[in-house]
Amino acid sequence: MEKVVIDEKPVEAARGPIAEVAGMFVKSHAAVVALVVLLLIVLAAIFGPAMYQIDPFEMVWAPFSPPGEEGFLLGTDYLGRDIMAGLLYGARVSLAIGLAAALMSVCIGITIGALAGYYRGWVEEVLMRFTEFFQVLPTLLFSMVIVALFGASLEVVTIAIGVVSWTAVARITRAEFLRIRELEYVMASRASGAGNFKLMVAVILPNAFPPIIVQAALMVGSAILFEAGLSFLGLSDPNVVSWGQIIGSNRPYILDASYTVTIPGVAIFVTVLAISLVGDGLNDALNPKLRQR
Amino acid sequence: MATQTILEVRDLTVELATRDGISPVIDGLSFEVGAGETLALVGESGCGKSMTALAVMGLVPHPIGRIAGGEIRFGSEDLVAVGEDRLRDIRGNDISMIFQEPMTSLNPVYSVGEQIAEVLRRHQGLNHKQARQHAVELLHAVGIPDAAARVSTYPHQMSGGQRQRVMIAMALACKPKILIADEPTTALDVTVQAQIFDLLRVLQRETGTAIVLITHDMGAVCELAERMMVMYAGRKVEEGTVDDVIANPRHPYTQGLISCVPHVTDDPSAERAPLVEISGIVPALRDFGADQCLFAARCRQVVARCAAERPVSNDFGSGHRVACWQAEVAS
Repeated sequence: MEKVVIDEKPVEAARGPIAEVAGMFVKSHAAVVALVVLLLIVLAAIFGPAMYQIDPFEMVWAPFSPPGEEGFLLGTDYLGRDIMAGLLYGARVSLAIGLAAALMSVCIGITIGALAGYYRGWVEEVLMRFTEFFQVLPTLLFSMVIVALFGASLEVVTIAIGVVSWTAVARITRAEFLRIRELEYVMASRASGAGNFKLMVAVILPNAFPPIIVQAALMVGSAILFEAGLSFLGLSDPNVVSWGQIIGSNRPYILDASYTVTIPGVAIFVTVLAISLVGDGLNDALNPKLRQR
Repeated sequence: MATQTILEVRDLTVELATRDGISPVIDGLSFEVGAGETLALVGESGCGKSMTALAVMGLVPHPIGRIAGGEIRFGSEDLVAVGEDRLRDIRGNDISMIFQEPMTSLNPVYSVGEQIAEVLRRHQGLNHKQARQHAVELLHAVGIPDAAARVSTYPHQMSGGQRQRVMIAMALACKPKILIADEPTTALDVTVQAQIFDLLRVLQRETGTAIVLITHDMGAVCELAERMMVMYAGRKVEEGTVDDVIANPRHPYTQGLISCVPHVTDDPSAERAPLVEISGIVPALRDFGADQCLFAARCRQVVARCAAERPVSNDFGSGHRVACWQAEVAS
């Protein structure tokens, strides 16, 4: 085969987009610290209950024994239940609901935003009016209605949170699709035989991911807060411990034994803050304007 | 023409909805492409070159544009009439296209190898391993050094010329019968342009692909094409072999296009005629489709008939066709 002269450019090591983003991410110290904290919380949620074998529902000691005394690290609540055990078991529920609800809202949001942004026209009109309808609903009230109607189980609470929080993802996805569908490589993919579904899922969506991922990360945090709010109001599964539920059930004793409310409150605060910082770090790492080539 | 005709466009009309109403941006266009030949489409921006390419690919932007009439015969099929499913099988497989902007025509999130392999999997039914193997061979064939390693690099790690090579590899992956090259070198350096032309010529010799070269660069036309078609305001004004048309342009517009290109190879000390520009501008879209010569307003040889009647295309021998009332006297 005849060889043709080459315009040379030195071969760099092949680095995929993921490696590149990871490289940018570690440059932000706050995000790295937050990620470590978050990983510790996740590890505690996964392995904690197995290592710390105290049932969070069992009355193990006298009520209101303060942290550090009598062998219970974080003290006991108004029924004499171990708060440390409650925190560890509650971490599972809070994180699981946060992740599941965020995942659900991302799935709904991407589907609606992608269809609206890709097809435009009446599809976009209908879907965006639908999105606006959900946007103007009072979210807490609407999710309370759902939980009240279908019962306070983990699944229902997750769905109730997911259903009210997908609108931001839908709008971001639509905006990204509107921008990307006009780019030349989409036309080039179409010209090489790609169909609508392929263009949406395999060509446009991966390029729309950066802002969606950031939004999804932040949404895990807000879903945890949302769950805490619902369980504080008593709208959560009574058979499982969650952080919000600990706060809610100890609420009457907030002046006498403030630590029973403060400790799970700090857990929520630290977790949500860590998630937000990781989200910000991702945002900086994924933002092409800040990335230097 | 000795060679077999593989693409035959008959009376193609493409309409675009604009604020001023519906304009025929391609108006009764007819041409043929023979197997393995290179046809150049030449004309100013907005004359309908790219729209012609999109119409052939079945990619006229919907819903603002539509094919209003005519037929595009490819083999035994009329591409205007076949459905979207069949068009998807044809695109990238039998007819493929490379675009003007190599910097933005590749998807930034996939490695170049994956993008080539994707076309092969889609049309040739290769599995992942075979497709990747073939992608390496294709990269090698388009002159990317160290193809086995470069196959997993991403578009932003390549120069413009290399990306255009990747686009060519993708376009030729399935050995298409027709390659539409829409100003493939406009965005590239002059030296790289020459390399890309060399590459296209070599690959055309090997694969027997017909090339439809869309350009406004007369140098590129002479370099690559055997036949050329000059378009103005959505209509064909002149068509013929490159030698005939360049040496003996009969349409005033073609004459203008040729005379505004400087001749670098001329003796620098020789007395040179000043470059002539074509005065005036392309007619507004709303004037397209009028039953007159649309070039009349800018033409130096205009006569009364030009504004009254649409010129018909006449053959001046060996396929040199010109649509001009003054074509007899023009040369």
